[in-house]
Amino acid sequence: MMQFMLLFSRQGKLRLQKWYVAHPDKLKKKITRELITTVLARKPKMCSFLEWKDVKVVYKRYASLYFCCAMEQEDNELLTLELIHRYVELLDKYFGSVCELDIIFNFEKAYFILDELVLGGELQETSKKNVLKAIAAQDLLQEDEAVDGALREVGLL
Amino acid sequence: MAYPMYEVDWSVLPPEQNRRFNPAFNIATIKQVVNEAIERVAPVSVRMQTPTRLRDLIRQIRAARTAAEERSVVNKECAYIRSTFREEDSVWRCRNIAKLLYIHMLGYPAHFGQLECLKLIASPRFTDKRVGYLGAMLLLDERQDVHLLITNCLKNDLNSNTQFVVGLALCTLGAIASPEMARDLASEVERLIKSPNAYIKKKAALCAFRIIRRVPDLMEMFLPATRSLLTEKNHGVLITGVTLITEMCENSPDTLNHFKKESGQREIVPNLVRILKNLILAGYSPEHDVSGVSDPFLQVKILRLLRILGKNDAEASEAMNDILAQVATNTETSKNVGNTILYETVLSIMDIKSESSLRVLAINILGRFLLNNDKNIRYVALNTLLRTVHVDTSAVQRHRTTILECLKDPDVSIRRRAMELSFALINSQNIRAMMKELLLFLERSDPEFKAHCSSAMVLAAERYAPSSKWHLDTLFQVLLKAGNYLRDDTVSSTLQIVSAAPGERQAYAAMRLWSSLERSAVCADATEKQPLVQVAAWTIGEYGDMLVSEASNAISMVDDDGVDDFTRPSEEYVIDIYQKLLWSTQLSITTKEYLLLSLAKLSTRLTTKPSQDKIRVIIDTFGSHIHIELQQRGVELSQLYKQYAHLRPALLERMPPMEAGAPEHDAEPEHDKPPPEQDALLDLIIGSEPLSNGDMEHAPAPPTNNNSTTNDILDLLSGLDLSTPSVPTPTTAVSVTNNNMATPSLLLDGLFAPAQPPVQPQETVVRALERNGVLVELVAQRGGDTAALTMRARSSASTTITDFLFQAAVPRTFRLDMMSPSGTVLTPQGEITQLLKITNPSKTPLRLRIRVSYNIDGNPILEQAEVNNFPPDLFN
Repeated sequence: MMQFMLLFSRQGKLRLQKWYVAHPDKLKKKITRELITTVLARKPKMCSFLEWKDVKVVYKRYASLYFCCAMEQEDNELLTLELIHRYVELLDKYFGSVCELDIIFNFEKAYFILDELVLGGELQETSKKNVLKAIAAQDLLQEDEAVDGALREVGLL
Repeated sequence: MAYPMYEVDWSVLPPEQNRRFNPAFNIATIKQVVNEAIERVAPVSVRMQTPTRLRDLIRQIRAARTAAEERSVVNKECAYIRSTFREEDSVWRCRNIAKLLYIHMLGYPAHFGQLECLKLIASPRFTDKRVGYLGAMLLLDERQDVHLLITNCLKNDLNSNTQFVVGLALCTLGAIASPEMARDLASEVERLIKSPNAYIKKKAALCAFRIIRRVPDLMEMFLPATRSLLTEKNHGVLITGVTLITEMCENSPDTLNHFKKESGQREIVPNLVRILKNLILAGYSPEHDVSGVSDPFLQVKILRLLRILGKNDAEASEAMNDILAQVATNTETSKNVGNTILYETVLSIMDIKSESSLRVLAINILGRFLLNNDKNIRYVALNTLLRTVHVDTSAVQRHRTTILECLKDPDVSIRRRAMELSFALINSQNIRAMMKELLLFLERSDPEFKAHCSSAMVLAAERYAPSSKWHLDTLFQVLLKAGNYLRDDTVSSTLQIVSAAPGERQAYAAMRLWSSLERSAVCADATEKQPLVQVAAWTIGEYGDMLVSEASNAISMVDDDGVDDFTRPSEEYVIDIYQKLLWSTQLSITTKEYLLLSLAKLSTRLTTKPSQDKIRVIIDTFGSHIHIELQQRGVELSQLYKQYAHLRPALLERMPPMEAGAPEHDAEPEHDKPPPEQDALLDLIIGSEPLSNGDMEHAPAPPTNNNSTTNDILDLLSGLDLSTPSVPTPTTAVSVTNNNMATPSLLLDGLFAPAQPPVQPQETVVRALERNGVLVELVAQRGGDTAALTMRARSSASTTITDFLFQAAVPRTFRLDMMSPSGTVLTPQGEITQLLKITNPSKTPLRLRIRVSYNIDGNPILEQAEVNNFPPDLFN
């Protein structure tokens, strides 16, 4: 099971954090800070795995962003790399050649996509198409509401 | 702080697929147009002030050039958001929460948004709910009181007609379910698993997985609904179903049997084999394909479940042999995906009762992994070899050279694995070669490795030493190379070995150690090698006469490289070096105590008058030393020159050889007080008498040790650690609660814990120790990963036994939790109980070292024993 996922930039700025275990805010901040420092200190040629406290950290860098997952001992590290890649592919499909700025300005969308891929720390959907379909349908719901609301405001409905 | 430039473009897709297709874009545009229209048309009085848009806030924050500037932007916005919350502004709540979430990610406090999130969730609009639930997942954690409120919201939404609303609720429940929430909402989730809608079904299955994690008692109610999940076609439902069943099977052996026993069409193993086979044979399916492999995520999950089902089950293993062979041979290995599946397959093959040909195949796959260019694959190979080394050591031995090569890898993750694996591979045949490599590794390794590595080396040397000379040489090398990272117990165990060696060997030890001591005194790096100085001081003190006498010429000091660089020191030179070290300001008090006592001993070993006088002068100066302990030593030793001079030669005699493993109460009668706690514990590790036994004047004073009992207990584990190779957990959590530390809640734990009956408890009573009328038994109750042991001490002695203390230690792969004992006083025919919980994820047979101390008729007694005769199926 995934315990948490962090996205951060090469400069150490947190871009996304998803926790599947309950920790007090203070501890989360401490873990985040320490982990970002540790991962950033590793050289590019090193392996993507890090035994850190009682978790296995699997991370991968895509351009300026680090994707970093904390897994439990029994989990398959290589599969976690595939999961990270799948998430990146989904972001890419959704935003269309995604870049860090997309994730900064649309962080809520990035969360929504992750929530359709992973639930409670485990993978819930292995089809890219299904994830994107679910997101599109929910976006549409929001859009309908926006239009509906706007029309109501101006008294057309 | 200036914001750096960002790389704008990165894409994992080939350029031709790289069009900016963006469903969000259209929506955003429409929304913006509509909003602007509203803002134009709506009368000003309705909307007093339009809040900053999220996008603009992010821009503003990013435009800040200094941290202070950023803070002021954020504080201003936070103040504004707070005021809108106070005014119950529901129109812009969604936007304000979104902004708050961004601010939260930057590390600013955002707890004041928690209740607003709940209000959003309660709103009928989907947009509000979506952001509200996102906020709830980010801002709430289990400790929040608002949980009762959110439980109600969740309950409502789990019954919604819109699948996406149900989806949001399930997702939130899966992320932040507390035990109370899990209990309250379990029945809703169970209902949703049975939903015909795959979108809801898969999410509900994972929610059930999380609920069982939090509250294992709730497993039973999900069993019927879980059964049908494997008959689905949808991969999302399949993978979540497999995940749920895996969790259930790992959690309880009963459930595992339950799933195995189902017969006919729904038998689980053939069913999983069928799904896996379909995946492999199905051919290209664009929806689930990853670089030519069909749904690797699902394949890996199934392989893992098969592993759990096949463990210790010949019949089930038989049924999956073929498919495992098929996966192992047919999987494409040029990409990470293929290796992912192979890796999981190898783990399964090694864990179940598979055919030997299959095992050979698995080890060969790992051999290929070890040679792979990809560091990740190499890491995984080392990791897996470590897990399988106990199954087939000889097969792993074949890869020894490659593994030793990995000790030199620049990557710390790989080095750590290689080190663990190297220790697992040491045997009496390869010990010389392995130690040579490991010594090189120890010298260069990071400080964090040195303590563990040196202790493991000491143990391996003790176990497999081909000769006593080699053993001593190796120990000295370890002392030299581990420096101050060496653990305290190594010093005393080395001393014990020197002390028990034959005379000639002792002289050899004194000479070797003299060379090292002299070198470090001259190079002034003695402060980095204090354990070495301590051992050297003790040895030279005891056997100094052999060092300076002519007899030493007869001993060969030729080292491995065929060089004999030993020159016999003169007596004055020895004393000079001692003086230099004693005068050094940086050596620890303990080390100086060793040196001072050693020097006192030398006063009877060195025969010439000038050296004896010189020693006396040095000792006398310590009579006014600033440190009380050293001052006391100085004064005491000076006395030996004055009115007790006739006692001096006898008092400073050589110590009798320290025997390994002598039980405490059989020790020489002359010791009149019980050894201090830390020595007794050291004793448990090295199995020898503590240094402070016998006349306190003879031995260096016991090191002043501030370690708590817990630390010593941790040390105590080292003795058990390396005989079984296993995946080490980075931290060994051992909590020892003795009764004077016991808090009321711990006491309650101790009382109530045994009252919770595990599912079908099977009890086994193991007799651990019986002496002096005290019988210590361990009652073992098996169950899953965690076994509960109840320690039961009964007394048949005629008098009351006081200060009864029971301690236990387990190897590192286990986790031991000890509850408070029921008491410390054992009346005649009385009984004391104490509950121990042992968690064993690796399911290896349990070995336990115990120590019992108590007072009987005012005499302190200390007993220890190793208990290995637990039923092998204690953890299943």
